[in-house]
Amino acid sequence: MAKYAFFLGCIMPLRYPGIESASREVFKSLGIELVDMQGASCCPAPGVMRSFDQTYWMTVAARNLAIAEKMGVDGVLTICNGCFDTLFEVAHKLNHDPELRKKINKILKDATGMEYNGTIAVRHFVELLYRDVGVEAIRAKVKGGKNLKAAVHYGCHFLKPSNIKKIDDAERPHVFDDIVEAAGMTSVPYKDKGTCCGAGGGVRARTPDVALKMTSENLKNMTAAGVDVIVDCCPFCHLQYDAGQVVLKEYKIPVLHLSQLLGLAFGLEKDKLGLEVHQTKVNL
Amino acid sequence: MAEAKEPNPEFTRKVIDAGGKTVNLCFQCGTCTGSCPSGRQTAFRVRKVVRRAQLGFEEDVLPSEDLWLCTTCYTCYERCPRGVEIVDIIMALRNMAVRKGYMAEPHRKVAELISKTGHLVSLRDEDKTLRGKLGLQATPPTVFSDPKALEEVKKIAALCGFDKLVAGGAK
Repeated sequence: MAKYAFFLGCIMPLRYPGIESASREVFKSLGIELVDMQGASCCPAPGVMRSFDQTYWMTVAARNLAIAEKMGVDGVLTICNGCFDTLFEVAHKLNHDPELRKKINKILKDATGMEYNGTIAVRHFVELLYRDVGVEAIRAKVKGGKNLKAAVHYGCHFLKPSNIKKIDDAERPHVFDDIVEAAGMTSVPYKDKGTCCGAGGGVRARTPDVALKMTSENLKNMTAAGVDVIVDCCPFCHLQYDAGQVVLKEYKIPVLHLSQLLGLAFGLEKDKLGLEVHQTKVNL
Repeated sequence: MAEAKEPNPEFTRKVIDAGGKTVNLCFQCGTCTGSCPSGRQTAFRVRKVVRRAQLGFEEDVLPSEDLWLCTTCYTCYERCPRGVEIVDIIMALRNMAVRKGYMAEPHRKVAELISKTGHLVSLRDEDKTLRGKLGLQATPPTVFSDPKALEEVKKIAALCGFDKLVAGGAK
């Protein structure tokens, strides 16, 4: 049985714990064991923390990677584009720059006694579902659910920068749509699909009005395509669409993280999905 | 008559050393600005940020609000015909700006939270209750439930000078 260190991050466990319980249940039912990472921290978030100090950003990330390395697992699993971006990109930098790895490991060792060895694979759950589990195995698990029109939102840091992530075509991707369709929904095309939700890079924290303008344009395009639901693969995009619609007032499209959508499709108990804490009501 | 500003190659060198190593590859075609979702809503022009970095116009670029309107979506980075790693340049410039004290209070607060608690979102009683209801460990098995682990993260902040940087406050 495949076994992964489950990286929680911040927004999922603290603001949308339903995404966490759904992820745990979905991966269990697919025969993948998730093991908690005792003492892990924030990834740290690529928006503010990388913008402030890249040495700190890399060292805290290296600590999280070093914790996973000691667990004897097949990799570290993230359910958030931000966590994925930080852990993947820092691992990539440290694996390809021996001088940088030496510098970061010196700080890490002084602070924790641990070192990053470059032995852990960083996985995004959508990519793991597509490559390791497979679309057909997911389809076989589906017990029901409605055929709704879904606006699939990839977010930015799942696929990009694509020169190092090498998961799918960054301009015309399909892996996430294929999983959503396997779960019984129809992924509808919409104008400027693939555009940022607006929240990243510290923009949501510093200039929330600017972030919301970007969100609003995406919501307008999704509405024009007649979608019933937004499906995301990142708790930060999820927060931006879910809370953003309440501020904007003119849209009421339910927002689901893919783990919650799969939970519904696999017939898991609805009260394990934490949908009642969503600010934009989920009536599906 | 308007006077032309003198380029400052020394600042450009600093940007390169801080991670913006591809800055001089830019030939100012504007594919980045044309692709930018933030620039569609604001006066932010990513091409101009790169130009100012190339010319070493430190005083135009570091205090600028524009620097903080990038969502790091990587669309420009993907489409750049010259392979300019634009997000890496912006990150290098932001790191330099922060060291000069240009940090917005909401950002400083987020950075302070992670520096002190190891997470950038707080753990409230209502979060514990909800986690319990969902069958999850009420306090996540992270630094939140491991004081020794939190000390390690704080020690990294101290060794990097991140705690002092953040305590310095906004300019």
